[in-house]
Amino acid sequence: MLDTIGLSKIEDLVAHLPAAVRFKSQLAIQPGRSEYDILDYFKARGAENAVGGGNGYSCFLGAGVYNHYRPVLVDTIVSRSEFLTSYTPYQAEISQGTLTAIFEFQSMICQLTGMDVANASMYDASTAVPEAAMMAIRATGRSNILTARSVHPEYREVLQTYTQHQGIPLAEFGYDAETGQLDIAALKSSITKDTAAVIIQTPNFFGIVEDVKQAVAIAHEHGALLVVVFSEAVSLGLLEPPRDADIVAGELQSFALPPSYGGPFAGVIACKEKLIRQIPGRLAGETKDANGNRAFCLTLATREQHIRREKATSNICTNQALIALMATVFLSVYGKEGLRELAVQNLSKAHYLADKLKPRFSGPFFNEFVAQADAKSVADINRALETKKIIGGLALEKFYPELKNTMLLCCTEMTRKTQMDQVAEVFA
Amino acid sequence: MIKKVRPHPSQNEPLLYELSSPGKKGYQLPDLDVPTIDAAEALGAGNTRITIDDFPEVSEVDVIRHFTRLSTWNYAIDLGLYPLGSCTMKYNPRINEQAARVEGMAWIHPYQPDSLSQGAMQVISELERCLLQITGMDAITLQPAAGAHGEFTGILMIHAALAAKGNPRKKILIPDSAHGTNPATAHMAGYAVENIPSNARGMVDVEALTRAVNEDVAGMMVTNPNTLGVFEENISQVADILHAKGALLYMDGANMNALAGLSRPGDFGVDVMHLNLHKTFSTPHGGGGPGSGPVAVKQHLEPYLPIPRLARVNDQWTWNYDRPQSVGRVRAFYGNFGVLVRALAYIMAHGGDGLPRATFDALLNANYIRKLLEPYYDMPYNEPSMHECVFSDARQSKLGIDTMTIAKRLIDYGFHPYTVAFPLIVKGALMIEPTETESKRELDLFADAMISIAKEIEETPDLVKTAPHTTRTARVDEVTAARKPIVRWKRG
Amino acid sequence: MYPDSYRYTKEHEWVHVENGIGTIGITDHAQHELGDIVYVEVPKVGTHVEQGKTFAVVESVKAASEIFAPVSGEVIESNDALTATPELLNSDAHSAGWIAKIKLSVPEEIDRLLSPTDYQAYLGEG
Repeated sequence: MLDTIGLSKIEDLVAHLPAAVRFKSQLAIQPGRSEYDILDYFKARGAENAVGGGNGYSCFLGAGVYNHYRPVLVDTIVSRSEFLTSYTPYQAEISQGTLTAIFEFQSMICQLTGMDVANASMYDASTAVPEAAMMAIRATGRSNILTARSVHPEYREVLQTYTQHQGIPLAEFGYDAETGQLDIAALKSSITKDTAAVIIQTPNFFGIVEDVKQAVAIAHEHGALLVVVFSEAVSLGLLEPPRDADIVAGELQSFALPPSYGGPFAGVIACKEKLIRQIPGRLAGETKDANGNRAFCLTLATREQHIRREKATSNICTNQALIALMATVFLSVYGKEGLRELAVQNLSKAHYLADKLKPRFSGPFFNEFVAQADAKSVADINRALETKKIIGGLALEKFYPELKNTMLLCCTEMTRKTQMDQVAEVFA
Repeated sequence: MIKKVRPHPSQNEPLLYELSSPGKKGYQLPDLDVPTIDAAEALGAGNTRITIDDFPEVSEVDVIRHFTRLSTWNYAIDLGLYPLGSCTMKYNPRINEQAARVEGMAWIHPYQPDSLSQGAMQVISELERCLLQITGMDAITLQPAAGAHGEFTGILMIHAALAAKGNPRKKILIPDSAHGTNPATAHMAGYAVENIPSNARGMVDVEALTRAVNEDVAGMMVTNPNTLGVFEENISQVADILHAKGALLYMDGANMNALAGLSRPGDFGVDVMHLNLHKTFSTPHGGGGPGSGPVAVKQHLEPYLPIPRLARVNDQWTWNYDRPQSVGRVRAFYGNFGVLVRALAYIMAHGGDGLPRATFDALLNANYIRKLLEPYYDMPYNEPSMHECVFSDARQSKLGIDTMTIAKRLIDYGFHPYTVAFPLIVKGALMIEPTETESKRELDLFADAMISIAKEIEETPDLVKTAPHTTRTARVDEVTAARKPIVRWKRG
Repeated sequence: MYPDSYRYTKEHEWVHVENGIGTIGITDHAQHELGDIVYVEVPKVGTHVEQGKTFAVVESVKAASEIFAPVSGEVIESNDALTATPELLNSDAHSAGWIAKIKLSVPEEIDRLLSPTDYQAYLGEG
């Protein structure tokens, strides 16, 4: 090959680089290792973690990341070469597999959320939230965003990071100390004629189900859009979706992956038809080929960075296609009835445990709730649980200083009665 | 003559919705060991959905047949070369997949106490260390989820660093050859964009740059090698010009596959850069993601890195949130951990000795292809190519055939097209990056195909104009898809 | 092809003035260069446009092109038919594919635009 190019040695390929930029020493990285060594390394690192699921620890953490069974078919299908090692489906004729699956994904998300349009995924819910906010700003021509404090604290942090240099004033309103739901009076007094969107989450960070209809009415009365966020996708199997909202932004981790120390996940944005040109991210559309057969392709690409550049709806390029495919397979396996049954199991487990503890809030909840500790500190409770190989709930004080000595506990279909009994015992 | 493929029937398959039938089931949950709760009672009837209208109900066999059939309609790296420029479509090692699925890597919750997550944090630390070695930078964050996300993080940091000196400034300079994410990102970070023209050799025009840099310029976003696959030979000078006026140099690391182990951006004046783990570091594209876009910086930008940062305290790893100058969080939790595991497995497999060898192979492959195709396709810039080369369709368009049409005919030869019509500074571009994965055999097949098409354009142009001929679908009507978007299934 | 009563710009827009109202569109040459138009972002009624600045965007599948106002003034009408039928820009660029009607604020601007002969000469050079 060097002969064909007309060079005598491989180093000649970089002979033209200025000497000052050539790295001549060795990288301080161990020489290449075998598969067996590599796997051993990761197993050893794995053993240094408390591992949830199966025979490891039982984990009562939720707070945006959930432990759910994964149907075996999910990994079987995404491990297929043609899904795992294929590229973004820009060349429609040789990507119909990916495009068809994306179209099905988009359809399912619309059905689950009550929206008309869903994109092919965002990085995660935390970045989907600011993208939804920016959609609302473009659509309304207004500049302010009003967010409920009961939206996941890290999502709100990311919203702050994203909007800091775009002249977008952010304001927050609180929750009802008794129910854990939105403080409606606070919402009414905080919303203004400059509010582009009100952002709420349901179930919210405390696991409490919100009265979305009330929030929609107030937002729309003031000419603002309502953005509804979800972090526990399994809730969509049982909860009435926010059909009157304008934009839904959410996290699909529950449908796709184990907790994975926080990523990669997949977010999604869905919206009403009128906002279709404002939605960021890829969209797969149905069309025909030259012979009149149904085919799919990426569409409305002129919203995107590779065409609009600085005027694009977002800078997003790579998305989370494989994760969205995992979610699609998960949803196909469970189907209409399975999602409901799965959600009912989650609901039942969490309510079993909540009955034995002191829930801080009186509002309706799905599979997470805030428990108030009395006799002991949450730190002591969690330490005691650790000795029983149980990872306890999330102490909320660091995010909500007013919620002293509380923890957010999550129970899913994976949680066992015996484990919940142990938690109740330690609390007592 | 088409050598790589022969026609083969592929299975038809409808949508899941068209397979659906009430009562079909693909799942079985364990029995509930606690009493079943009445949803309407617990949540309120108004909060409970009655059913998910028209949601599919299919069997397990339906699911596996459906997706298996769909998968066979895709091209993939495992089937052959993807010559996509700047995408670095290299082999996705399966050991990476095994590593990511180790239970101790997968079933760990980000909010677990630090004391119970030391293994995960060690993995993050090790990857950080390796990437710093490779980039020659001083500090790094693995939080961003993709390249564009990393770009945004990097520009935010530039803003913060300049604001700390009293003036964040107003604009970012971007070469006209840049990827679209660059200007889109600058805009999201609140900056105006000013284009810097490329000179006659396709590189940053240093005179134009010198004129453009003033106290309003926060920085410049540069890709090196650039999107022509050419090393910016004046990169150190570019850095100096910017630094002299207090501006910073951002490097888009999409083309690191040309540099890993051979040249370090930290050594040629880059202040901040991102990497694409799903390009250079072999993590799978998966039909469009996930990726990961770490951002590496020089020491003076370290205080601005996103929170939290990994820190070592009392011989233990911990997440440090006490970083008052940080730009904030750019996403929840710590990063695309599963992608980080795969990238580290890749680095471990190659090792410090193997990484530069892989880079040399990438350069070799690109130059080999270039040499074989130069007699047939116009090479607009006669500079040495690094890991990719860019041709133009100048000769073929005289005969009425453009780069997109050539690309469609390439599909009949069994290859995925190269990058069409990018970078914009080349009219009718064909951007080709083979990566080190490809053997001479595959490269020869590719060159044969491209040469054969060049001949077809002269002898039997209609065959090319109406391509592709052997795909499952004929050319797809993208115009109607955009005029009348149908983006979800509806009954009836 | 290029009506006598219209005036043209080097950015391939046309304007037809009657009683102080200018109807604006893109030329046949422009629509041919753009290819199949899939979407037109027409200006809102009441918007003030400035000569040489963007006032509309025309999208094909692969590109979005800014359309610059050939004259300054206030948008008094937009061609809503283009939203449902963007193809009109391809089939009837000089008539049914008009984009907006502007109430001219600086009528003298017309004098600096190209006549049909000059525009066609300009196309010939290009």
